[in-house]
Amino acid sequence: MEIGSLNVVVLIASLMVAATPILMAAIGELVVEKAGVLNLGVEGMMITGAVSGFAIAVTTGSPVMGMLGAIIAGALMALIFGILTQVLMANQVASGLALTLFGLGFSALVGQGFVGIVPPRTAKLDFGPLSDIPVLGQILFRHDALVYVSLLMVAGVWYWLTRTRSGRILRAVGENHDSAHALGYKVRRVRILAIMFGGACAGLGGAYLSLIRVPQWTEGMTAGAGWIALALVVFASWRPWRALLGAYLFGGIMVLQLNLQAAGLRFPVEYLSMSPYLITILVLVIMSSSRARASLAAPGSLGQSFHAAG
Amino acid sequence: MKRRQLLATSAAALGLAATAGTRGAFAQSPMKVGFIYVGALGDFGWNYAHDQARLAAQEHFGGAIETTFVEAVPEGPDAERVMTQMALSGAQMIFATSFGYGPAVNAVAARFPDVAFEHATGYMQDHPNVSLYNARFHEGRAVIGTIAGRMTETNKIGYIAAFPIAEVLMGINCAYLHAKKVNPDAEMRVVWAFTWGDPALEAAAAEALIDQGCDIIMSHTDSTAPLLVAQERGVHAFGQASDMSSFAPETHLTAIVDNWAPYYISRIQEKLDGSWTAGNVWPGLAEGEVLIAPYGPAVPAEVQEEADAMIAAISSGEYNPFTGPLNKQDGSVWLEEGQAADDGMLWGMDFYLEGIEGEIPS
Amino acid sequence: MLRLEKRPSPSRAWNYATPLVAVAATMFLGGLLFLALGKNPFEAIRLIFWDPLFSPQFAAYSRPQLLVKAGPLILIAVGLSIGFRAGIWNIGAEGQYIIGALCAAAVALFFYPAENPLVFPLMIVAGAFGGWLWAMIPAILKTRFNTNEILVSLLLVYVAEKLLAAAATSFMRNPDGGGFPGSRDFTRYPSSANNEIIANTGMHWGVVAAFIAVIFAYVLLQRHLLGFQVRLAGQAPRAARFAGVNPARLVVLSLGFSGALAGMAGMFEVSGPAKLVSIDFNAGYGFTAIIVAFLGRLHPVGILLAGLLLALTYIGGELAQFMLGLPAAAIQVFQGMLLFFLLAFDVLSNYRVRFSMPGRKAEAA
Repeated sequence: MEIGSLNVVVLIASLMVAATPILMAAIGELVVEKAGVLNLGVEGMMITGAVSGFAIAVTTGSPVMGMLGAIIAGALMALIFGILTQVLMANQVASGLALTLFGLGFSALVGQGFVGIVPPRTAKLDFGPLSDIPVLGQILFRHDALVYVSLLMVAGVWYWLTRTRSGRILRAVGENHDSAHALGYKVRRVRILAIMFGGACAGLGGAYLSLIRVPQWTEGMTAGAGWIALALVVFASWRPWRALLGAYLFGGIMVLQLNLQAAGLRFPVEYLSMSPYLITILVLVIMSSSRARASLAAPGSLGQSFHAAG
Repeated sequence: MKRRQLLATSAAALGLAATAGTRGAFAQSPMKVGFIYVGALGDFGWNYAHDQARLAAQEHFGGAIETTFVEAVPEGPDAERVMTQMALSGAQMIFATSFGYGPAVNAVAARFPDVAFEHATGYMQDHPNVSLYNARFHEGRAVIGTIAGRMTETNKIGYIAAFPIAEVLMGINCAYLHAKKVNPDAEMRVVWAFTWGDPALEAAAAEALIDQGCDIIMSHTDSTAPLLVAQERGVHAFGQASDMSSFAPETHLTAIVDNWAPYYISRIQEKLDGSWTAGNVWPGLAEGEVLIAPYGPAVPAEVQEEADAMIAAISSGEYNPFTGPLNKQDGSVWLEEGQAADDGMLWGMDFYLEGIEGEIPS
Repeated sequence: MLRLEKRPSPSRAWNYATPLVAVAATMFLGGLLFLALGKNPFEAIRLIFWDPLFSPQFAAYSRPQLLVKAGPLILIAVGLSIGFRAGIWNIGAEGQYIIGALCAAAVALFFYPAENPLVFPLMIVAGAFGGWLWAMIPAILKTRFNTNEILVSLLLVYVAEKLLAAAATSFMRNPDGGGFPGSRDFTRYPSSANNEIIANTGMHWGVVAAFIAVIFAYVLLQRHLLGFQVRLAGQAPRAARFAGVNPARLVVLSLGFSGALAGMAGMFEVSGPAKLVSIDFNAGYGFTAIIVAFLGRLHPVGILLAGLLLALTYIGGELAQFMLGLPAAAIQVFQGMLLFFLLAFDVLSNYRVRFSMPGRKAEAA
């Protein structure tokens, strides 16, 4: 499995790791948007998760506690957004951006005492002999637990949205909140829960960065990952498996371009470094022009405020 | 020429007079010294190192000075505004610690001739109250290049670079040159990150380099991410800006440490004495502005000796890391036999030396 | 129980009162934050809101700076507000801002060092054209292939940033700059310099353009058919189609308009306050402007005020940092709170808060 000096198996294994934080955040945001809410605050929730997870893991000595803390912190941040947009009817775009600004500041404030500290290590899963299977072993059985968690999240969200009653209610709320309300569904409650789920996922994605991917805390360390996650949801046309595809495509091109550079390839580097963004756009254009338009449509009530009259 | 000199002298005299006046009037109150940082000081890299020096200066002078700072100030109009407000608030001295502050520093310096401006890593010096300082980081690269050349087994050394600017290219070329000197088979692989700080990207870059067969990682970006990856993959690595051995206790070889404190302390002292004049300095290993952190346990004694000898040779001034014969990547001659590069030639560096694979973004 | 009841039309009184209530609430909660950080809350609040405007030490300088800081924010936000009203989401103003600046810089560098009064107007055209062009990519992909404009405009920001880095380190690098990154200083080339029109007022051509944009947008929205179409498309897309609104045309027009204004903002910055093309020339104006647009309730005059208020917190926040030693993070949190409260209290102008007794529910319904 070698192309030139590139080992495809190694590439796939590392793109899975690189894509995991954005995949987690994207899958959470996908649920939020399926419920008809656009939360642009992913970056702010991710970095809050990153700092909370790090701080709790360092203080308690347990990465698992850190992860749980990050989930809760992300959900709480999202709750601010939920109250603003669902209870106080504030504009979603502006509230999301405000959340990002607040999250960046808040994380920096909390993280002041945690710069330059090494967090406790997260153990890798041990699959025993499975990890020695050629090709598959390296791709599938040599990762940390959260890579598998992210895959389970995709499968779980897909199953939940398409096969369960509560998933259908959520989609109904997102498609047309007035009809959903008329049918007796609690639009506001569904949406706030979805928003908190999105925050929890983003928080976990952030903690993956600060506890496993990089293991360190530095201010602004998410460096735009939340924005990429947002773009992926659109790329995925609000479908979980396509979010996985998008995250791995984006992560894959990122890893590939770094590998091409590292291989000493004579190719203009500035174009290589732009390629993840350009190819993502290109693939979406191809997908959106070849498919039926209906399949691409955003949830009908996306971004609109809902107020039950009377 | 004459006119400019005249202007300079009168402005300096004015500055001195103003300084003396202020200091006379407020003899009891501490001198205000402002610092502006381009990033958050929680980056544990460039800005963190400058703030450590600020704290050292504050401790050194105690009540004689009062340091203040603003962090995460973008280059451009924001920097100009922050420095102006600092000067209005009574700051006598301002340290602007990012290359891109150049135009802003000079604009503000024109309006406040009695305030001393110290600009790090810049080149614009249009007023007599603008001083420039930098550090010869590439001298440190000569040392770690030597260690890398000795210690690589795959003969491939990985380098994570931020932007294709002279300072970064000096580092790459210097490290390569000295690795090659002790190990003719050594190769250098460079990954351009196009950012100073994106830990996840830096980690991915380190992994790509290791996957491509590199067994030594050095970086010219801010975060500790490459070291953490190296530790996990069992590959050797060097720290950047500060001693990062705690992040990779087994595989950390050493680090190039930015130590701005001696310069800050001496310049503040001069300002307090009234003897401050603008300069343009580029100290390195000899002056202790660039330090080599303690060697890690993986560095064999004989390699340590060789590295120490390199430090000594550079510090004593008997050896210039860039001494000919040296060719550019395309094979054309850069330095003749025995010719040592002067500072101007170094700042004009926009090429790889012969033997480095890959292309510089252009 | 508390209950919200939609007002038939927004309350005028609350429209004006909510921003004041929000600022007061922020001062209170922010004060508690500063107190928790061990700083004097009254001094911090005074430094942020009062000193930039009225302190004898800073105001003479800070007041004009308010315009300099708010100018590009307002200019970009006015452009964005048109599209946002029509439900067209241009999230990539940051990229259009960069490309506008690069195009304008290219014009200036092309003519350098020849002095010609046409250079500056040409740069404005080039800046607007660059931003328009960059916005046309999502617009055309949207109308031709139905590709989502949020994704395309956002990802193009990253592409623009890489182009900017390439420009600053190679093809626009100052040949007299000793190999250092960054272009020539446009303020030192008289034909391209966007200097203050009247000294010490902060009024440069970009601020003038921002004011013109505000007036233009106001007239457009109030008086012109296009303004009516924009509002209709945003509020009732289906009705808009029946009313003969061409959605593709609206996408092209509103993305183009916002792109052109963002590009112009980039042009005025690079030729004036920022002085040159540098690796980090963009400082997030394109994203901050989105907040400004919504804080101003997508209304031109509201945007003007919101831009000035946000600029005040930036400038005052810097003062609080070096006068009081507050960390930048605390200022950011404070700004976040301000935005939260402004958004939260807005509810009062559109809704009436009613107390309803559980027992009297039937009657209320």
